[in-house]
Amino acid sequence: MSIFLTENSKVIVQGITGSEGRKHTARMLASGTAVVGGVNPSKAGQTVDFDGTSVPVYGSVAEAMKETGADVTVVFVPPKFAKDAVIEAVDAHIGLAVVITEGIPVHDSTYFWAHAQGGATRIIGPNCPGLISPGRSNAGIIPADITQAGKIGLVSKSGTLTYQMMYELRDIGFSTAVGIGGDPVIGTTHIDCLKAFQDDPETEAIVMIGEIGGDAEERAADFIKANVTKPVVGYVAGFTAPEGKTMGHAGAIVSGSAGTAAAKQGALEAAGVRVGKTPSEAARLMREIVGA
Amino acid sequence: MDLFEYQARDLLAAHGVPVLPGGVAETPEQAEAIAREIAAPVVVKAQVKVGGRGKAGGVKLADDPETARARAEDILGLDIKGHVTRQVMVAQASDIAEEYYFSYLLDRSNRTFLAMASKEGGMEIEQLAVERPEALARIPVDASVGVDAAKAAEIVDAAGFPAEVRDQVIAIAVQLWDVFTKEDATLVEINPLAKDPAGRVLALDAKVTLDENAGFRHPEHAALEDAAAADPLEAAAKAKDLNYVKLQGQVGIIGNGAGLVMSTLDVVAYAGEEFGGVRPANFLDIGGGASAEVMANGLGIILSDPDVKSVFVNVFGGITACDEVAKGIVAALGQLGDEATKPLVVRLDGNNVEEGRRILAEAAHPLVTVVDTMDGAARRAAELAA
Repeated sequence: MSIFLTENSKVIVQGITGSEGRKHTARMLASGTAVVGGVNPSKAGQTVDFDGTSVPVYGSVAEAMKETGADVTVVFVPPKFAKDAVIEAVDAHIGLAVVITEGIPVHDSTYFWAHAQGGATRIIGPNCPGLISPGRSNAGIIPADITQAGKIGLVSKSGTLTYQMMYELRDIGFSTAVGIGGDPVIGTTHIDCLKAFQDDPETEAIVMIGEIGGDAEERAADFIKANVTKPVVGYVAGFTAPEGKTMGHAGAIVSGSAGTAAAKQGALEAAGVRVGKTPSEAARLMREIVGA
Repeated sequence: MDLFEYQARDLLAAHGVPVLPGGVAETPEQAEAIAREIAAPVVVKAQVKVGGRGKAGGVKLADDPETARARAEDILGLDIKGHVTRQVMVAQASDIAEEYYFSYLLDRSNRTFLAMASKEGGMEIEQLAVERPEALARIPVDASVGVDAAKAAEIVDAAGFPAEVRDQVIAIAVQLWDVFTKEDATLVEINPLAKDPAGRVLALDAKVTLDENAGFRHPEHAALEDAAAADPLEAAAKAKDLNYVKLQGQVGIIGNGAGLVMSTLDVVAYAGEEFGGVRPANFLDIGGGASAEVMANGLGIILSDPDVKSVFVNVFGGITACDEVAKGIVAALGQLGDEATKPLVVRLDGNNVEEGRRILAEAAHPLVTVVDTMDGAARRAAELAA
């Protein structure tokens, strides 16, 4: 098992004809993902060729789903058009929309999140690397060759820290690694992933990577205390970040006493999470737990 | 991006929110001229992006233009909590009968917008929220629905505004929602929203934070940026589209991905404890899929920082190719020639790592050390900066 994404997932790409969409579709296909189509209203009926695989382009998400049975969409369209692209995916009732696009105005992401409430679509991102269930499927831009299938579940706001942690624990492997994104408003939270990992029989232990800004880690800590029986190892980036400066991610900002790394570490430790001071220490703690 | 009060006021006025006449001045002469035009008692207010300016002597009344000029002279140059006053706003003074509070903001935790309103304004809202939470109405606003007159009435009634100002505040609530959405703000706050003795409701002070991600919809917002306040290195980095924040330490940092770079800052600071408290000198994220040119630009910025004693390049190649990073390092050092004098510690892993390490080994630049692990490289970089 894995969470949100399995070997049966059928993936379409919104923005497949753009340079990012094309590049990453090739990588997804190379890692064995079933990419069954792309969406671009002005190029419907064409195909895009990837090293021997020909992927059809449809005029809409709804049409692509009807023709291919797709249940996952990966969104690469530029910020200007991302809101409409996500709304289209939600209105087509696709099960999972992974929004890779960076730089979407927060009014747009707040709007499409509100629009998706009560619907059938789980949104991951925006501004995220997507998710991978190694050996099964890869929806987004996480490199598939870092590690293999295994028993650790990973949830992280940061893309490169996801890669770093997968690399540190590559011999043990991962059920699913989810990059939830670093924007102030995101669709799938740490808590959503923790809940899914808790319910996934293949996941034995969970790594949770957070960073400064907001209170998502504190809320996740409360959730862990009440609901998660599997061991959780935490890591939080940004202990040395000064107040009032945005650290790369739009959501990574310490304002006043809110959102500091120390507060997040404290909350996680109070919930029984073992928190590493560095990525390598977090990896070491995980090794102790899984006995590898 | 946080705006100055006068910029916030102009935005509010542009969307119909009632404000008093006023203008911004950089010299006492300009302040006097504005006061003369207003032809009434004025208030001269320091334009700084920090609270507590009244207590710091940054807000003064003036009955006539000459006094306005003198007050502006007092306030211009004033240091308020580390912010030097370079502009004052001169606005018509108003007698205040009652003070209220109204804001819209992004509620990250609940992934929605929030209206906050109180009939008790004037004080710091954080203080009111703690001391008298019942006096502050908090009404979620569905982003896909917005605020119309009916929603505005719901907010205004929840806050219990007096009947005689209800209609005016409802109108302002709708206008302010316009500012919030049409300008892509993440915060619009009026404090105080005041009733004057004639019963008119006016915005006397305002705060606005704009979403920089929405810049493509608002080319005019670029002019609101406070270029004078930017660190020169930050400005140079921005011109090259680099995500750079200047910090106070000695180890220059370059990495890919915001999370990994934040983590690198931490690891360097921990390692630096062993070497007399060496700290990271900056945050610099070259982003995903960076080319050799981007890498070279980043290195150029960091090496031009006189505070930097050593540099740590920490890249985990997901999309970024390690060979591009290595080429960028070699190119930047080649361009700098004899001007490059600071040692570089490089840690590469991931995409095309062998080729990246091979390029660095072949170049065999005397300033470059390659270290295999992030912790080991951080330690070496800290040691070199000590």
